[in-house]
Amino acid sequence: MSTNSTYYIPHKATWPIIGTVGLMIMLAGFANFLNGSSIGQPLMIAGLLVFVAMLVGWFTLQAKESESGMYNHEVGISYRHGMMWFIFSEIVFFAVFFGTLWYTRNLSVPWLGEGATKELLWPSFDAVWPTNGPGKVGGEFEPMGAWGLPFVNTLLLLTSGVTCTWAHHGLLAKNRDQLIKGLLATVALGFLFVCFQALEYHEAYSEMGLTLGSGVYGSTFFMLTGFHGFHVCVGAIILSVVLFRSTKGHFSPENHFAFEAAAWYWHFVDVVWLGLFIFVYLM
Amino acid sequence: MSAAVDEHDHHADDHHDHGPEKGLLRWVITTNHKDIGTMYLLFALAMFFIGGTMAMVIRAELFEPGLQFVDPAFFNSMTTMHALVMVFGAVMPAFVGLANWQIPLMIGATDMALPRMNNMSFWMLVAGVLLLASTLFMEGGAPNGGWTLYPPLVLQPITVGKALPFAIFSVHLLGISSIMGAINIIATIFNMRAPAMKMMDMPLFVWTWLITAFLLIAVMPVFAGAVTMLLTDKFFHTSFFNAAGGGDPVLYEHIFWFFGHPEVYIMILPTFGVASTIIPVFARKPLFGYASMVWATASIAFLSFIVWAHHMFTVGMPIAGELYFMYATMIIAVPTGVKVFNWTATMWKGAMTFETPMLFSIAFVVLFTLGGFTGLMMSIAPSDFQYHDTYFIVAHFHYTLVPASVFILMAAGYFWLPKWTGHMYNEKIGQLHFWLSVISVNILFFPQHFLGLAGMPRRIPDYAVQFADWNMISSVGGFIFGASQLLFLYIVIDTIRGGTGEKVSDEVWEDAAKHGLEWTLPSPTPYHTWTTPPTIVPTEHVLDSH
Repeated sequence: MSTNSTYYIPHKATWPIIGTVGLMIMLAGFANFLNGSSIGQPLMIAGLLVFVAMLVGWFTLQAKESESGMYNHEVGISYRHGMMWFIFSEIVFFAVFFGTLWYTRNLSVPWLGEGATKELLWPSFDAVWPTNGPGKVGGEFEPMGAWGLPFVNTLLLLTSGVTCTWAHHGLLAKNRDQLIKGLLATVALGFLFVCFQALEYHEAYSEMGLTLGSGVYGSTFFMLTGFHGFHVCVGAIILSVVLFRSTKGHFSPENHFAFEAAAWYWHFVDVVWLGLFIFVYLM
Repeated sequence: MSAAVDEHDHHADDHHDHGPEKGLLRWVITTNHKDIGTMYLLFALAMFFIGGTMAMVIRAELFEPGLQFVDPAFFNSMTTMHALVMVFGAVMPAFVGLANWQIPLMIGATDMALPRMNNMSFWMLVAGVLLLASTLFMEGGAPNGGWTLYPPLVLQPITVGKALPFAIFSVHLLGISSIMGAINIIATIFNMRAPAMKMMDMPLFVWTWLITAFLLIAVMPVFAGAVTMLLTDKFFHTSFFNAAGGGDPVLYEHIFWFFGHPEVYIMILPTFGVASTIIPVFARKPLFGYASMVWATASIAFLSFIVWAHHMFTVGMPIAGELYFMYATMIIAVPTGVKVFNWTATMWKGAMTFETPMLFSIAFVVLFTLGGFTGLMMSIAPSDFQYHDTYFIVAHFHYTLVPASVFILMAAGYFWLPKWTGHMYNEKIGQLHFWLSVISVNILFFPQHFLGLAGMPRRIPDYAVQFADWNMISSVGGFIFGASQLLFLYIVIDTIRGGTGEKVSDEVWEDAAKHGLEWTLPSPTPYHTWTTPPTIVPTEHVLDSH
C-alpha cells in the first residue's frame, strides 16, 4: 500500500500567484480602457505579458517534470479529469450563446412582430430572420452565406481532425515522423482556418455592412464565431507546443497526456464549429 | 483500528518530511490542502464581516422611515455589494475551505489531486474580490442595480458609473476560481479516495460536495456568458438585450437564473452535507437513510436546472411556462422533505447531547424548514404575484442562507476547529453565541415576512410609515445578530491560540471515529496526512446502506 506516497505532490508553487496577478492587472487594465482611462492600455499589455510568461514558465515546468518521470499513472488520471471537466465548462460557455441564438430566433424576434408590440410599437416591423431588429440597429446589412469561406473552413477543420488522429496513431506506433508530420498538418490547417475567418470578417465589415453592431444577427454571429475563432487560435497554439515537444523527443506511447489533452481540445473546437456551421450559417 | 492507522501515518511522516515554509511566503506559494483550506476559511470570515457591515448600514438606514444616513444610490450599492460579497466572498469560499480541509481527510487522500491549481483557485478568488471591492472607491460608486445585474437598468449611466466593467471582470475571475476549485474536488474524490472506500461509503459531506462541484462547472460559465453579453451590449454595440435591435432584456433574466437557481443549491447542498455529518455524532446513531440522502441530493441538483423561471413569474411569460415552472418547483419539496425527515429520524431516540455544533445544526433543521416553506408559498405563481420583489422574498432567502448555510458554517467551525488546532473552544461562550444568534436572527428576519405580505418593496432606502414598527424591530435584531458574531470571531482566534487549554483527544467527540476517518488522525492534524491510505474505513455512517 504505497500508492499515496508515489503520487507527486508539488511544493512551493510560484506560477499560480504570478498568473493571478498578471490576469488581474490585465483585466483591471481592460476595465480602465473601457472607461476611457489612458492607463488602461499599458496596464493591459503589462498584465498580458506577465500572464504569457506564467503560461510559458508553468508549462515548461510541467513538461520537465513529466519527462523526468515524476508523474505516475494516478497523476495522469487526475490531469485527464481536469482537462475533461475544463472542456465541459467550455461547452457550457458556448451553450449560452447557442441558447441565446435559439431564444432570439424562436421566441423574442417573433414576439416583436406580433400582438400589441407590433400594433403599438413597431407596426412596420417584419419579424423575419436574419434581422437587426425593428430599430434597424447598425443599418442595412447582408447576412453571411454558408457555401463560401465557411464551407471551406468546415472542410479544413474536419481534415485537421483526421490529421490529428493520424498523428496520434503515429505516436502510439512509435513512428515519430508520422507524429510530427500529422501535428504539422493539423497546426497549419488550424492557422489557415483562422486566416480564412479573418478574411470572412474583413468581407463582412467592408462589403456586406455586417458588423458586431448589426442588431441581434450581428451580435450572435460575431459572438459565436468570434469566441470559436479565439478557441481555434488557442487550440492551434497548444498543438504548436505539442509539436515543438515532439521534435524534442518528448512523449511515449504510454506517457503523452499533453498530446491527448491538446487533441481533446482540438476535437471539441471542431465539434463546436459543426454546430456553428449548421445553426449560424445553414439554418 | 485507529491506533493502527496512526502508527502507519507517523511512520510514513518520518521519511516524508516537508514541513510548512517559514514566514508569510508559506501562504502565497503553498500547495497544502490544509493551508489553502485555512486561507479560504479566514478569507470567508473576513468577507462575512465586510458583507455584514454593509448589512448593518442597510438596517441602520431602514431603522426609521425617511433618509437618515446614506443617499439612495449608496444604499442601493450596499444591497448590491452585500449580496455579491456574501454569496461569492463569504458563503461559497467558506464551503470550498471546508472541502479543502475535510475531503482529503475524510476519504484518506494525501492532498487534493491538483495542488498547484488549488493554490491558483484561492488567489483568483482574492483577485476577483479585489476588483469588485475596488468599485467602492470609484467615481459613481459601486454597482447599485442589484446583485442580479439586470439590463437595461444596469447598463444605464446612473447605475453603472465606472464600476460595471470591474464588476463583470470580477465575475469572470470568481467563475474561473470556482471552476478550478470544482474540477479539483471532482478529481480528488474520484481519483484520490482510499482504495478501501467505495462511493457509497463516502461521508455525506463528500457526496454533497461532489454533486455541488458538478453544479459549479455547469453554471459558472453560464454566468460568465451572461455578463460578457452585458459587457458587449454596453461597450461594443451589440443588441443581445436591446429590443430595438431584435434582442430581449428578459433573455438576460433567463440566462442569469439558469445560473442563479443552481447557484442557491451550490450554497445549500454542502450545508446539508455538514449537517448530515454533525447530527449523527451528537445523536450517537448512524445517519438515518444514507442512500436516500445521496439520491435526494442528486435529485435536488437535477431539479435545480429546470426551475429557474420561478424567479421571474411576473416578467410576462406564456401561461404554459408559468404553470410548468410552478409545478417543477414544488417537486423540489419532495427530496428536501426526505432530508428533513432523515435528520429528524437520526435524532429520534438518540442519546443526544447539545454541544454548540449540535445546537447550530438543530436550529438549522428547524429554521431551514421554515425558509423552505416560504419558498413553497412563493412557488405558487398566482401567489407570487403578491410577494414578488417584496420583503417576503428577502425574508425567505435570508432564512435559507443565514440560519441555514451560515449557521452550519458556524457549526462546522465548532465541530472541526478542535480537530484542526488540537485546542478546545470555550463551550460557554459558544453556547452564548448560539443563543444570541438564534434569537436575534429571528427578530431580524421574521418580521420581514409581515412587511413583505403588507407590500413593502425590497431595495428601497425609505418606506411608508405603516412599515415603521416591524422595520425598527428587524433592525434591532440585526444589530444584536451582527454584534453577536464578534463572539464567533473571538472564539476562532481564542481556539487557534490555545482555547481552554484542555488537550483534545484524537476523536474529540465521543465515538466520533465511528463516523468519519478524520477522527482517527491525531489532533491537531499533522501537516501531511494519509501518506499511506487507510485500509479500513468506518461504515457506521452508512450502516443501513449495507
